[in-house]
Formats: sequence, structure tokens, C-alpha cells
Amino acid sequence: MPGPEAAASVAFAIDHASKHYGNVCALDGLSLDFPTGTTTALIGSSGSGKSTALRLLLGLEWPDRGQVRIDGEVLRPAHVLALRQRVGYVIQEGGLFPHLSALGNLALLPRHLGWDMARIRARAGALADFAHLPRAALERYPAELSGGQRQRVALIRALMPDPDALLLDEPLGALDPIVRHELQEELKSIFDELGKTVILVTHDLAEAAWFAERLVLMRRGKVVQDGRYEDLRDHPADTFAERFVKAQRRLPEAAR
Amino acid sequence: MRLTPAWLTLAACLLLPWMARAGDAPVRIGSKQFTESVILGELATVTARRAGAAVTYRPQLGGTRILWQALRDGDIDVYPEYTGTITHDLLKDLPADAGIDALRARLKPLGIGITDALGFDNTYAIGMRADEAGRLGIARISDLAKHPELRFGFSNEFMDRDDGWPGLRRRYALPQTQVNGMEHVLAYRALASGAVDATDVYSTDADILYYHLRTLDDDRHYFPRYQAVYLYRLALERSAPDFVAALRKLAGRIDADAMRRMNAAVKLQGRPESAVVADFLGVPVRAARGGFWPRLLRRSIEHVELVAVSLGLAVLLAIPLGVLAARLQRLGQLVIGLTGILQTVPSLAMFVFMIPLFGIGAGPAIAALFLYSLLPIVRNTHAGLAGIAPELRESAAALGLPPGVRLRRVELPLAMRSILAGIKTAAVINVGTATLAALIGAGGYGQPILTGIRLDDIGLILQGAVPAALLALLVQGIFEAVEHWLTPRGLRLEARL
Repeated sequence: MPGPEAAASVAFAIDHASKHYGNVCALDGLSLDFPTGTTTALIGSSGSGKSTALRLLLGLEWPDRGQVRIDGEVLRPAHVLALRQRVGYVIQEGGLFPHLSALGNLALLPRHLGWDMARIRARAGALADFAHLPRAALERYPAELSGGQRQRVALIRALMPDPDALLLDEPLGALDPIVRHELQEELKSIFDELGKTVILVTHDLAEAAWFAERLVLMRRGKVVQDGRYEDLRDHPADTFAERFVKAQRRLPEAAR
Repeated sequence: MRLTPAWLTLAACLLLPWMARAGDAPVRIGSKQFTESVILGELATVTARRAGAAVTYRPQLGGTRILWQALRDGDIDVYPEYTGTITHDLLKDLPADAGIDALRARLKPLGIGITDALGFDNTYAIGMRADEAGRLGIARISDLAKHPELRFGFSNEFMDRDDGWPGLRRRYALPQTQVNGMEHVLAYRALASGAVDATDVYSTDADILYYHLRTLDDDRHYFPRYQAVYLYRLALERSAPDFVAALRKLAGRIDADAMRRMNAAVKLQGRPESAVVADFLGVPVRAARGGFWPRLLRRSIEHVELVAVSLGLAVLLAIPLGVLAARLQRLGQLVIGLTGILQTVPSLAMFVFMIPLFGIGAGPAIAALFLYSLLPIVRNTHAGLAGIAPELRESAAALGLPPGVRLRRVELPLAMRSILAGIKTAAVINVGTATLAALIGAGGYGQPILTGIRLDDIGLILQGAVPAALLALLVQGIFEAVEHWLTPRGLRLEARL
């Protein structure tokens, strides 16, 4: 069972990373540390580089300059597969494979790791209960699931091999407000229970504040402000930070 | 051999030409695509049988080039030829009026023997409808110069060869501009229907009588002599001396009238070549091989074999190529470009190109069909893989699956529908294109079509065309079922949303 006792964890670090796509600068000398067992939210507008930063950590992108360190070791292409197998990654709309049932999606990596089907079923069932997904939904195909159910399956897929860290890129971005609210509550309790390194990318300040002690506001591939929600709200580092907070404040206040 | 698995069949097809060269196989006789050549081939076949030699006959293999090449490569041992064709097309260093002794001396170093003249000339002539020629007062070829409005439809071979239309036009200073190449047997029909005014004919053609044609007098002696002879591999003099002796005895036995009557018996009365030849030799007719259904079954097996083996091999190569093309952009463009170029090679040319590599028969046909099958499969594999949503591709990578597992468990299943559609396209095209394989001796449904065109027999053409069309529909249906069965249920559900 997932739980605090399984709390092996990963420390990520980005050192002076720059990344360009043609003329567009996605990361501009970015340095960030993500100590083990912490929950961090990367926030910012679209194009701020927050997703690119997350993707660097899994070797899905490589910086033009600078480096990524995992538990202090510089990340090399040869390490990438092993790293990805111990880190769960969830994207907007889940990224489920439409040709496989929910269970088929969950089984992909474990089967490659040599698990037998009984073990996969047991683990998937336990995680389904944990993530409030009806077990019957495991037999269905993505096209037969609701948006919330798909996102839960994606989360379970990430948790299947009992990863040491979870990286989430706008995991709730495509959901309607009610489901989204419900999942926010559940995710929060899952993160708290797991006690692993969690890095979450979102453009929603309220959501970031709900999940994470530490908020990193990014703009144009740089960190604008790195701290608690209250620091950002009461002492914005510059006018952009101030505008970002104000723009979000018009939304109904999420309780904190 | 027919019932063994495709792999063995293929190996046999590829090895057959070489094996045949090495061992003491039966005497193999070939003939060109027109009736007279088929009759003369049959005549040599019956002669061989009577001389006690084992013999296989591959009628209507193709044009001069194909037969000559096959003889030189040892794919066939004997075929009927004409002296004019040898001097004009095959051994151009000889004078056009070289006698048979000169030809024999020149052919000997090539390992090829030649019989004496069989007794008739089949030379080119220009034919017009008799009524039309009479109305215009045309009796000689030189009379044509006064009628520049006349439309000529010449056989493709006549259009191209040195001793054909280009030389004729120069010799007679002919002014006509509406000159088109067409299949020889179709030219007669075009002439009869008034679509063209003159065509090239062979002087022993039965059609001259049938279509009431006038052959124009070659008043400037342009057309050379075309004496019928047999060419054979000199090796036969050791391996089948009795047959060679019997073949040589045919010299001087067939005059032009006898040949024209045999041509007419086949073309106009619809008698089988074997019967006509048996009558000529005064021997009993050998029972034809099987009835309609066994024949259809044999052709179906041949045809399906061509399509299945070539398609199977193409799938084995094209899917990896498509995967590679999707992985490596540059290489991908190159691969798709190259297979695209292959697709533009005209089918008949493709079949002929394969002959030097694979001999005649099923080998070159399978090779040509294989090349044609590549493009649709490579392109659809590439398109199927390239069309996978980037977030799905990335999800598979982010899970920590190695590239091979990603390809097998995620990417190929997602591209499956596109790949199957490519294979289906290739299969349906193959069923149609394989009818041309009969031209190079590979059999199949093309065989009755070819004979039907030659004999102007619609029923015979339909015996090939109808099963070919039905097979294409069947293949289409089978692939649609396979597609439904192999497409993951999740994708079908998704498509319905």
C-alpha cells in the first residue's frame, strides 16, 4: 500500500539552465532546488517556462546550457529510463493510451518491470480505492471514462510502481470546476499521505496555494519570486508579481 | 510446391532460374505474344515430345527482348524468331540482308543455334481497309504520301524499332502526323472501326482476311525479309540431340499459305493451338489439360501466390522502413521519395527490368509486385506513427518504457489502422497488377486475359478479368474484417465519440 512508510524520495536540482526553441527563450539561466519530501508549485503565465522546467527533470528536454541533478548526480541520457521509472508524471488530460483499457494503461510499466498480472491487479485495485475510482472503471477504455475518472487513472498510472516523486503538469487543467475541486481535495490528501517530493505546474494561484507550502513564480524563463503564498500576496517582488496576484484574486477565494 | 508455405515458395521462385540452369531440366520452349509465335512454339513442343524429350512450354512470354534475354540467360531453350528481327534488333552489327549461314556463324559464340528457314516469311506490311484503299486509290506504300490526312495506328514495337515506322517514314518521305502506338491486336480493331486508317500487319496474319484488308505494295523494298526460324541453345545438341535433329527437320516444311491457314484456324475458328499443330503434323490431338474449373483453380492459386508472397515480403520490409522513416526525418523523406519513384515505373517496364535479375516466371513478377507494394505500406506506417498525438508519445516516454517497448505496445497499436489501410491498398493494387505477370510467364489470371486479347475472345478475357475483380473485392473484404479485428477496441470506441 502507498503510505508514509514507503517514503524513499528524490531531490531534484536545476543549475543555470537555458533553453531556446528557435528564437524563443524558454529558460534563461534558471536555478532551482527541490529538496526531498517537499511539495513545490511552479506558477506563471503560459510561456513562462514552468512546463519546460518540469520536463527537464525527466530528461524529456535537455537544456542548451546548464544541467539537472538528481540526488546530487548530474542527469545524463543513460540515466533517463531508470529515473523515469521511479518518478510519476501526470499531464493535463492524463495522456492515457486510447487503445488500452484503464487497467492496460496501468499495467504497461509494471509488466515491463516483470510484475505478474495478479500483482498488477492487486496494486491497481488498492490504488483505485485510494484515489476513489470505482474498480469497475479499470476494465473500461479511456473513451468510456469521464474526465475526472481519466485523470484519476492517470494519477494511478503514475503511482503504480510506487514512485519516489510525482511531477504534475496542469493535472486538473481540463476538468470542470466541481470535479476539479473534488480532485484538489483528494490530491492534497494523497500528497500528504505519501510524503514524497511533489512538483506541480499550474497557472492557477489558488490551486498552487492549496497544494504547496512553496510557490515559485516564473516569467520568461526566470524565477520572479520564490516563497510562501503569503509572501507573494503581501510582499510581491515586482510589478509583474503584483499583477499576477491581483489577476487571480478576482477569482472566488480558495480557502487556505 | 504450391501448397508449401509461402517462404519455401519464395525461395523456390528465387532459386528456380539458377537451379534450372545447373540441372538437366526438361527442354523449355517459349514464344512471343502473338498467335503465330504461339503456334510455332507449340509445334516445337509437340516435336520435342515426339522426339522423346521432356518439355515445358511457356507461351506468349512477351516481346522480342524478353525472349532473347531469356534464351541468352538460359531461362528458355528454344523459341521461334525471324531473321529480320535478328539482324535489325538483336545483332545489329550484321548486314540487314545477312543469310542464315552468316547468322549461324555469328550466333555460335553466343551458345545459340539457328535452324534453317521454316519456309515462310512473316514480314511487315502496311494494311488498310480494302474499301478505303480502293476509294482513295492507294495500292502502294508510296501512294500514302499523297494523303497526309490519314491516321496511322502502329504496334508499339513497330513505332519504336529502327526497321519500323521511323525508317519507313524516311524511305517514303511520309507526311502523316497523326501516328499513334497501340497494342498490335488492338490496332486491327481500331482499323475496322475506322479509328485509324492504316496499321502495320504481318504478312501471314489471319486478320488480313478477316478484316478485309489490302496490304500495300512495298514498292521501294523497305521491309527486310523475315524468315521464320527457331533459335535454340547449343547445349541442347548434347542434352537432347534427337529433339534438335527433329527441330531442324521442320525447316522448309511450312509455306506462307500453311502458316496463314494455321493462324486463321486459331484466330478465326477459335481452335486450340495444340489441335491445329496436331492436324498439321498429322498426329493425334493431346487431351487439353483439365476443364474450366481445374484451370480456374490453378490460375487462382498462381495469382494468389504472386500477391501473397510479394505482399508478405513487402510487409516485412516496409513496416520497419516506415518506422525508420518516422524516427529519422531526413532518411524518412529519402525512403518515401525512393519508394515513390518505384511507384512511377510503368508496370510492364518494372516486370521487364526484373528479368535479368530473376529470369522469367514467378520470380521477377514477385519482385516487381514487391517493389510496388512498398510505397503504400511505408507511407501509411510513417503517417500512422507521425500522426500519434505528441502528448501520447511523451506519456509513453515519461513512463520510463524503453523505445522498443514504446514502439510495440503504444506506437504500432496506435498506428495499426493506418498501417492496415496501407497493406490493404497494396494488396488490392497487387491483385490488379499481377494480371500483367502473365506477360513474363508467371501465369495467374493474366494468362486468359492475354490469350483473350490475342485471339480477340471476350469470353476468354472475362475468364481472367472477372476472377481478378472478384479477388480484389474479396481481398478488400478480408482486410476490412482484419482491420476491424486488429483495431484495438479502445480506438474504435474513440472513433465513435
